Amino acid sequence: MLKYLVGRLAGILPVLLVISVFVFGFVHLLPGDPARLVAGPDATQQDVELVRQDLGLDQPLWVQYGRFLGNAVQGEFGRSMKSKRPVSQEIGERFMPTLYLTVVAMVWATLAGLLIGVASATKRGRWQDHVGMVVAVSGIAFPSFWLGLLMIDLFSVKLGWLPTSGYGTWQHYVMPSLTLGLGVAAVMARFTRSAFIEIAREDYVRTARAKGVPARLVVWKHTLRNALIPIITMVGLQFGFLLGGSIVVETVFSWPGLGRLLVDSVNYRDYTVIQAEILLFSLEFIIINLLVDVLYALANPEIRYS
Amino acid sequence: MSSAAAAAKSADSAPALLSVEGLSVAFDGDHGPVRVVDDVSFTVAPGETVAIVGESGSGKSVTSLSLMRLVDYAGGRIVGGRIRFKGRDGRERDLATPSAEALTDMRGNDIAMVFQEPMTSLNPVFTIGDQIAEAVMLHQGLDRKAARAEALRMLEKVRIPEPARLLDRHPHQLSGGMRQRVMIAMALSCKPSLLIADEPTTALDVTIQAQILRLIRLLQDEMGMGVIFITHDMGVVAEVADRVVVMWRGRKVEEGSVERIFQAPQHPYTKALLSAVPKLGALRGQDLPVRFPLLVVDDAKSEAAPPAPPPVQDTVRAADAPLLEVRDLTTRFDVRKGIFGSLKARVHAVEKVSFAVRPGETLALVGESGCGKSTTGRTIMGLQSASSGSIRFDGLDTATLDSNGQAKLKEKIQYIFQDPFASLNPRMTVGFSVAEPMLVHDYVPASKPGVSRRRAIEERVAELLTQVGLRPEHARRYPHEFSGGQRQRICIARAIACDPKLIIADEAVAALDVSIQAQIVNLLMELQAKRGLSYLFISHDMAVVERVSHRVAVMYLGQIVELGPRRAVFENPQHAYTRRLMAAVPVADPSRRTRDLRLLTGEIPSPIRSLGDEPSVQPLVPVGEDHFVARHAVGGDF
Repeated sequence: MLKYLVGRLAGILPVLLVISVFVFGFVHLLPGDPARLVAGPDATQQDVELVRQDLGLDQPLWVQYGRFLGNAVQGEFGRSMKSKRPVSQEIGERFMPTLYLTVVAMVWATLAGLLIGVASATKRGRWQDHVGMVVAVSGIAFPSFWLGLLMIDLFSVKLGWLPTSGYGTWQHYVMPSLTLGLGVAAVMARFTRSAFIEIAREDYVRTARAKGVPARLVVWKHTLRNALIPIITMVGLQFGFLLGGSIVVETVFSWPGLGRLLVDSVNYRDYTVIQAEILLFSLEFIIINLLVDVLYALANPEIRYS
Repeated sequence: MSSAAAAAKSADSAPALLSVEGLSVAFDGDHGPVRVVDDVSFTVAPGETVAIVGESGSGKSVTSLSLMRLVDYAGGRIVGGRIRFKGRDGRERDLATPSAEALTDMRGNDIAMVFQEPMTSLNPVFTIGDQIAEAVMLHQGLDRKAARAEALRMLEKVRIPEPARLLDRHPHQLSGGMRQRVMIAMALSCKPSLLIADEPTTALDVTIQAQILRLIRLLQDEMGMGVIFITHDMGVVAEVADRVVVMWRGRKVEEGSVERIFQAPQHPYTKALLSAVPKLGALRGQDLPVRFPLLVVDDAKSEAAPPAPPPVQDTVRAADAPLLEVRDLTTRFDVRKGIFGSLKARVHAVEKVSFAVRPGETLALVGESGCGKSTTGRTIMGLQSASSGSIRFDGLDTATLDSNGQAKLKEKIQYIFQDPFASLNPRMTVGFSVAEPMLVHDYVPASKPGVSRRRAIEERVAELLTQVGLRPEHARRYPHEFSGGQRQRICIARAIACDPKLIIADEAVAALDVSIQAQIVNLLMELQAKRGLSYLFISHDMAVVERVSHRVAVMYLGQIVELGPRRAVFENPQHAYTRRLMAAVPVADPSRRTRDLRLLTGEIPSPIRSLGDEPSVQPLVPVGEDHFVARHAVGGDF
């Protein structure tokens, strides 16, 4: 198991290196002169040259890349072109709210999705299945901004139970996490159902029944343990997507997260921030992938021993 | 007297453990419920072994699943009859009436079951110890520790070497034979009074099958339980059964003691089935292969026609130069591991194999899984590249051929695969599949002048389909409209389309029911007689090999250990492995049952060797006319 983990970790390094080259190249591949961009449209040619020297843009590319890599390892990405604050600070402030919201949304959505999926699969073809899948399809089809607005109207405006927007107490989490998690729960429910139905056909499930394992345990122990293997991959992917920040949910609920920062930085062409964000998102996916692999190995002994 | 009443009467005379009376099971089909088991009755006494035999679609497996009501989970339901079972508590219950869930206490406790597929019947995420202990904890109320000790005791009972180490292993670390032992340990852990074994050895190699059959018999004697043995293999029936129930199309057509069924079968279907069963030793004293003397039964009423004397297969043109000559053929696969894919080991699939196939001859390559017989066939066909050695076909070294020559080679050597369901493209018509080799190889069938090539190919397809026992109009249909046997006929029509000289038949009849298998074997032999074809017949089934082959090569761990005329190899086997292989084959004759209850052990060794660890290959030395044997210890330990 330890060997497996070390091997996995070692496999990350080359991936990170490739991404860093790509992110570094991103600014240089863009049309236009980065120094001119930083200096602003009104700067004189002399100012632009000063900025160029200041940013080291006059050096050979490989030197620039070396410095970029060195800085990136230390979490140093320069200053935001828009706010002039350090990029690390800018992103750090926005990352935690997104992370918290994502975790809350993922936890409820995964649990609810699993429950609905298993219920649908075990009552396949009966009314519980149909209700479960109608709910799931609606969850996928229903636009999240609309759900968000409806909830604000009901719980904040009419009933006054929850704050309309912002970030701080647990009440602030309720509506954004419900809105964010709905699609995930729906996808999870459908996915769990099909994974579960497939596993339920396996010979070893019949073996479990043949040795007198009660129906409850056949479902929750023998079938679900095996169905979890594909589900883990699905959860990892969904988690990665949500960690990028949801533009719609953050906008509707004025949530100070990464999604809005990304929109802002793209609108302003705040390249230093965009660069750091790309790197962050890639890193998130890599870490989640690693977690998925570890969970996979825990769930599936065949991987653990190979 | 109805069969239910008859069963009730026989149940009165002997104290039955299980008495099935008029059982009917239905599944929901597209056009309403379909009865797959119809009014079936039989009994099982304590300590007795009852075999339920039949081919696919006979309802034998559904019957076995119904006894524990597992059929409810597979979409079936019992629509009539009773399943009276006397449990350990002495109380008699009807298992057909309560809900399937209510029988949880019974399952694995009073009645246990072993299934066909050991590779998929154990849960891959739990350890062996946990899976055996689970049943013990459920039914005997033992705590975890005591249940684990009991699991260990059971593993010892099924003669697993180093049982303590096995407890914490996962199923994927075990071979098929070991997994089936674990299944048996699990089934017997609560000392059931009835064991249902549904084709428990079908997926296993023949030497492993012999081990498992003996083990079940030994444990049955020890524990005095009744056993229901579901099987399609008459050899296994003859080996294990006290009484036999023959099923056909959902009904019981005959029942009787094993001797009576084999010696004096009453029902036409039983007679037909027995005529199709290959019996090892059936051609004793015969030099040449002989077709099956087949009886054909179309429905229960028609009496089987008396068989015509089967023709002798005298087709070998021994004076001609060999068609195929394989010399020192070696095929190895690299095993790469780690992120850099460094070479860790090699699979020595085929090691210095030499043989020749003469025109009109059938050479059988026999052996168990992993012995390299299929790889040899694939290498000759060019589906796999050889590591070293030479293959000469029709006088030409295949390694020296240009791409044109290679294409010509593929035209003259054709392949028939094991799985007739997977080897036909489901989206192409049968006619297209048969015509395709002719299109690919630009083969122009002989035809009258003035006929277009397209028309000539169509006529040729019709002719081919007729030759393999199908009808010309079948060309327009799709594979799913045909049964397994018919599909294999289509595959054969495709294989002979371009007038090949050699056909490599890789387990071509292994997936078929015995009656169909016999028909296909006869068809292959008929085509050989008509067209002078040569066959490389790759098979694990010694009894079928005895029927079809002129010469036999026995393979073990990638090497040929014995090679010679079929009669010499079968009647006077020289290599220890050949003898062991022959001894392991269950013979479809209860009077020749192995009384030897000594337990057999041993696994089939792996052909994977670490780098630099070359296997020793000994040359074949002559021991008789055309009969060679390798003088070394490989596979020689008895």
